[in-house]
Amino acid sequence: MTTMNPQQCEVCPVNKDAKLVQLGLEAGNFDFVVALAGNPNVGKSTVFNSLTGLRQHTGNWPGKTVVRAEGAFSYDAKRYKLVDLPGTYSLLSTSTDEEVARDFILFGQPDVTVVVVDATRLERNLNLVLQVLEITEKAVVCLNLVDEAKRHGIVVEERVLMRDLGVPVIPTAARNNQGIPELLRAIAEVATGTFVCKPKRFPIESGALHKAIGKMTAKVQQAFPSLPNARWVALRLLEGDQRIVDAIRSGELGDLTRRSALEDSLTTGRKKKVYNEHSQAV
Amino acid sequence: MSTPKQSKHEQILSTANALRWEVGERLHDSTIESLYKEAERIAGRSVAVEGGRPRISFDRTLDRLVTSRVFGFPLMFLLLAIVFWITIEGANVPSRLLADFLVDFAHPFLKETGTSLGLPWWLNGFLFDGMYLAMAWVVSVMLPPMAIFFPLFTLLEDFGYLPRVAFNLDALFRRAGAHGKQALTMAMGYGCNAAAMISTRVIDSPRERLIAILTNNFALCNGRWPTQILVATIFIGALVPPHLAGAASALAVVGVVLIGIFFTFLVSWGLSRTVLRGEVSTFSLELPPYRPPRIWRTLYTSLIDRTAIVLWRAVIWAVPAGGVIWLVSNIHIGGESLAGLTIGFLDPVGILIGLNGVILLAYIIAIPANEIVIPTILMLTVLMTGSAEVGGGAGVMFELDSETATAAVLHAGGWTLLTGLNLMLFSLLHNPCSTTLYTIYKETGSARWTWVSALLPLAIAFIVCFFVAQIGRMAGMV
Repeated sequence: MTTMNPQQCEVCPVNKDAKLVQLGLEAGNFDFVVALAGNPNVGKSTVFNSLTGLRQHTGNWPGKTVVRAEGAFSYDAKRYKLVDLPGTYSLLSTSTDEEVARDFILFGQPDVTVVVVDATRLERNLNLVLQVLEITEKAVVCLNLVDEAKRHGIVVEERVLMRDLGVPVIPTAARNNQGIPELLRAIAEVATGTFVCKPKRFPIESGALHKAIGKMTAKVQQAFPSLPNARWVALRLLEGDQRIVDAIRSGELGDLTRRSALEDSLTTGRKKKVYNEHSQAV
Repeated sequence: MSTPKQSKHEQILSTANALRWEVGERLHDSTIESLYKEAERIAGRSVAVEGGRPRISFDRTLDRLVTSRVFGFPLMFLLLAIVFWITIEGANVPSRLLADFLVDFAHPFLKETGTSLGLPWWLNGFLFDGMYLAMAWVVSVMLPPMAIFFPLFTLLEDFGYLPRVAFNLDALFRRAGAHGKQALTMAMGYGCNAAAMISTRVIDSPRERLIAILTNNFALCNGRWPTQILVATIFIGALVPPHLAGAASALAVVGVVLIGIFFTFLVSWGLSRTVLRGEVSTFSLELPPYRPPRIWRTLYTSLIDRTAIVLWRAVIWAVPAGGVIWLVSNIHIGGESLAGLTIGFLDPVGILIGLNGVILLAYIIAIPANEIVIPTILMLTVLMTGSAEVGGGAGVMFELDSETATAAVLHAGGWTLLTGLNLMLFSLLHNPCSTTLYTIYKETGSARWTWVSALLPLAIAFIVCFFVAQIGRMAGMV
């Protein structure tokens, strides 16, 4: 017999006091939407499975998740829908995968975006984290594979990382359910607003650009005062990103900032549209 | 949308257009540069590395070996051969036990129950000789090899071997004008071609994705593994002394896999130089770290998620097919059964390509699922050779409790080594099953490409079998 890890009790389906209830595919009627992003092959599907109780096949090769998987769980009496996005190295939308992930984070407006990162390759993984933090404020970094990192003699100071990023950083070893209870707590805190993220946005150094970006950002901010990612939109517009240009023209971007009762229904309709475009029944 | 808001939007866009000239092309590069710099800075502050890195250097050594120019390919084939050998050797006994129970014991029991309930003979026959026996046969033939093959394959996958295979094959795919990631979709095809069609979404270029779709069929799916393994055991294994039979059969199956890979490259090459011309796109494939597979978890998921699902699908198709077989064997037109008439009609074509009418009819009945080809062939063969002492009358899938008995039936049906060889080739090359074709239609949205993906492999199968048959006959292999 192996000794039970006390943390595992909290995610064990047998434990009646556990706050986590894995709901599998029952994704209807949820309070919050959580997106799961990350580089390829960092264990997103493993995290997805341990949260939802689903057994989506996990394989040790990049690009395994080609369709967006959805599942659900309930934690502390709130229902969460979890969306597993395809693994990408960036959100610059040079490929379909990147576009699916980016469009969902931007237009699907998840309540929390969990970025799963590989602790053994933190630097490269941070490129994606910083890009996600440009788009959304409500994020949690799941520092996965800490067991593997430890074997390689790599130690990540999650508190330093948390301070530098301005969002919760939770070390996990999802394969063994390690850190999953903490991850759940962080997701819930960000979703309910108990924890307010203050993501650090990376400085763009070149002087001339700085001015142009500042000007453009101000313009966007003026038109959409409550947009959380004015600088990112400004950057995309300066690069001539057609999808964002269209979103401004059609008013889609404007809708994201005003969620009045009437428009909420519109947004739900739009959310659905975004799904239909990218998700396919398997 | 009101007009002032509209103009505000347009105003933003025109500002962006104006400023874009100012910032020029540097914008993209310097944004990325700043991003990378910041990632480096943050990582530098929070990551500490202690002492040496034994695991990483182990990974490197292993990678150097499995992706080396000299050992890469031989290692790949060796691993594949070992997996087949374990499957072939291991599946024998449980297959026999299952057949003992499902066919020898349960079938007569069910039939007697049917009779005692007063079912009319045709209903009793249709239900138990047709539908039930087809199901029982599929389970006993397919379950053991799948239950061994899938976990082994999944273990290799979890360990991280597949991306190395893709790495090894990348240069070849590139030379064939296809995408390197096609190696991954091909690997998926060894499980199920329909699932592999969905996995071709990892290929972004539509041209290369179509090539991957059209050639995926040449990766043997799990519905065809049992056919290959059984026919190889009967006809190839019999050529060598018994203690080498398992190894020889495994090598024969590896050979078929290699022929499949060869046709994948050949057809990819042909397509990329004719109807699907274009540039090869570049991509980066990360070799993930080797991870010790979690054996129990893998066994559980591959048994529940793969084996059970595939078996269920096979059973669902086998049941109506069993009914159809029973009907075509028992409906008579002018003294001859429907099956007999069709086989007589198909026989000349079949023999021309080294097969026979039975095999062709079996492939027509088995369009929904390749899994039921072997049971159908056996049933029809018994029916045609009239070996009533082996079988149980028209439309009955009889009890064959070992390969020797199966071999006896096939030899009685006039099968030779050449028939076996051609059946293996035909099974490898012929059109994909209807589920796969439907998936192709859904993925490409084009009826034309769906037709191409059905007819192109079928034509290749006919041509290859034709030439093999002619050459084989000239060489005296009757």
